This record gives sequence, structure tokens and C-alpha cells, in this order.
Amino acid sequence: MEGDIVQMGAYIGAGLACTGMGGAAVGVGHVVGNFLSGALRNPSAAAGQTATMFIGIAFAEALGIFSFLVALLLMFAV
Amino acid sequence: MASEAHSEGSGLVFHPMDQFIVKPLFGDGPIEWYTITNVTLWMALSVVAIIALLVVGTARRAIVPSRSQSIGELAYGFVYKMVEDVAGKDAVGYFPYIMTLFMFIVCANFLGLLPMSFTTTSHIAVTAVMAMAVFLAVTILGFVKHGMSFLSLFWISSAPLVLRPILALIEVISYFVRPVSHSIRLAGNMMAGHAVIKVFAAFAGIAVIAPLSVIAITAIYALEVLVSFIQAYVFAILTCVYLKDALHPHH
Repeated sequence: MEGDIVQMGAYIGAGLACTGMGGAAVGVGHVVGNFLSGALRNPSAAAGQTATMFIGIAFAEALGIFSFLVALLLMFAV
Repeated sequence: MASEAHSEGSGLVFHPMDQFIVKPLFGDGPIEWYTITNVTLWMALSVVAIIALLVVGTARRAIVPSRSQSIGELAYGFVYKMVEDVAGKDAVGYFPYIMTLFMFIVCANFLGLLPMSFTTTSHIAVTAVMAMAVFLAVTILGFVKHGMSFLSLFWISSAPLVLRPILALIEVISYFVRPVSHSIRLAGNMMAGHAVIKVFAAFAGIAVIAPLSVIAITAIYALEVLVSFIQAYVFAILTCVYLKDALHPHH
């Protein structure tokens, strides 16, 4: 019984960890949106900054990945 | 994780995670470290693909390049420019390592998109080894090049003195989390994308929504081709960023 409740809590927690995905989506969208608005104002400088954009995306995405990691830990490790 | 979902019923019933099961290639004994599994096969195939493109494809060295030679030259130039732009001119010596990583991940990702194939990069064990190798190499390189002053990477001298200890703590944490995010980013993206394709493929068994499902699979497959390339690019570019930190730790 107690183990069942613990497992239920772990599953609920793993589901709740998916909200982190939304945060990562907001972050990545923010990065790309701001890159585009800057790039359309000065298209000649845009080509040199795409690498920076991808680095920004990667860092924003990393925090979404940690929520995935939390979900994995709850499902298989706890 | 995939054992309970093999329901009775006919037709297209499978678990979306079934494609990631590591199986021995010959027979089905226990998996030891020397067992040839489907992971071994598809890793070897991606190495063969790299050799076919970069060694065999460019062997003739024509002045007017053939198709495979142009692709090889394009890949070389692309990665070279990336290393030069992101990590700086003095990091060009480490270009072969980054080229190797990029080509291996690109080939493994693209081969994983073939139907019935196995995506080696969807396993955290595979990506974690690559990320740990990058992390250890970069850390050792930083200490060899700069000695103890490599630690000034964590001590941001442009920040106000009161904030510096707090920032140092955050920097240390973010430094040690690097291999985790570096590896799980690639594995997670690959695994999630392939699982989504399989989920939609399972819907194709229901006649009413089958056409919609086939269209959705086509669209997601196109997205996956893009993601496969971008994740390899991101892996390589983050390696360049870490390399730059090791070569120039002073902010």
C-alpha cells in the first residue's frame, strides 16, 4: 500500500516534470524570435550570428533537458 | 520498459520504445561486452559511411569535384569554419577531433532514420561516453595550458566583488553539469523524435485516421531529418564553446 502510494507520487511527479518542457519551449522561442527580429533589421550581420543563436538555443534547451532527467529519475531510479 | 505493452490484437501493435532495445545480432544469448549487437552493427555502418564519403569519395581528387567529393569538401569546410569562428584561430589544431565527433554523430543520426534501423545515438550510454570524453579532454587541456589559473574561469573578475562568490558557485555547478546536458540533449532528442514517429505509426493501424497519420509521419520525418543534423551541429558547436573556455579561461 505504502509502496503503491510512493509509486503513484513518482508517476505524478514524472508527469509534472513535463511542464519543464513548456518552459524550454518558451525559452527557445524567445531566443529565436529575438534573433529573427534583430536579423531582419540588419540582415547583413545575421549570417555571422547563427552560431551564437544555436549556442543560445542549446543553453535554453539544457534546462528543459533537466526536467526530462528528473522524469527519468522518478520513473526508473526512485 | 517495453514488455507490458505487447497487447494481443492483430495488425500494427507495438510499443514505441521497442526500437531502442539492444539485441544480439546472432542468436539470443546474454549480452556480454564482446557480444555483437545491433548497436555494434549500426555504429560500424556509420563508420563505413564516413569512410565511403571522406576517404573513398574524395580519393580521385578531381579539380571539378564529383558529387561525393563536393559533399565531403562541404562538410570539411563547414566544420572548419565553425571551429575557427567559435573557438578561435588557435583552436584549429583540435579541428580533427571535432570533425570526427560531428561526422560520427551526423552519420549515426541519418542512418538511424532508415526504416528498421537502430539509432545508436539515442542511447545515453553512447552519447555519455562522447560527452565525458569532451569534458575530460577540455578540463585536462585547460589545466595543462594554464595551470591553476584555469580556475579563474569560475572567478568572474568583471562582476562586483560581493557577487563573485555566488557567481563562482553557479559557474562551478554549470561547469560540472555540462557533460550531463551535453549527452542527454543528443540522446533525448533522438529518442523522443523516433518514439513520436512510432506513436504515429501505431495510429496508422486504425483505418479511419490512417491517411492523416501517414501525412503526420511524413511531416515529422522531415522534421527529424532537420533535427538529426542540428543536434550533431549543436554537439559540435558546444564542444567548440567548451574548447574556447579551456583555451581562454579569463573573462
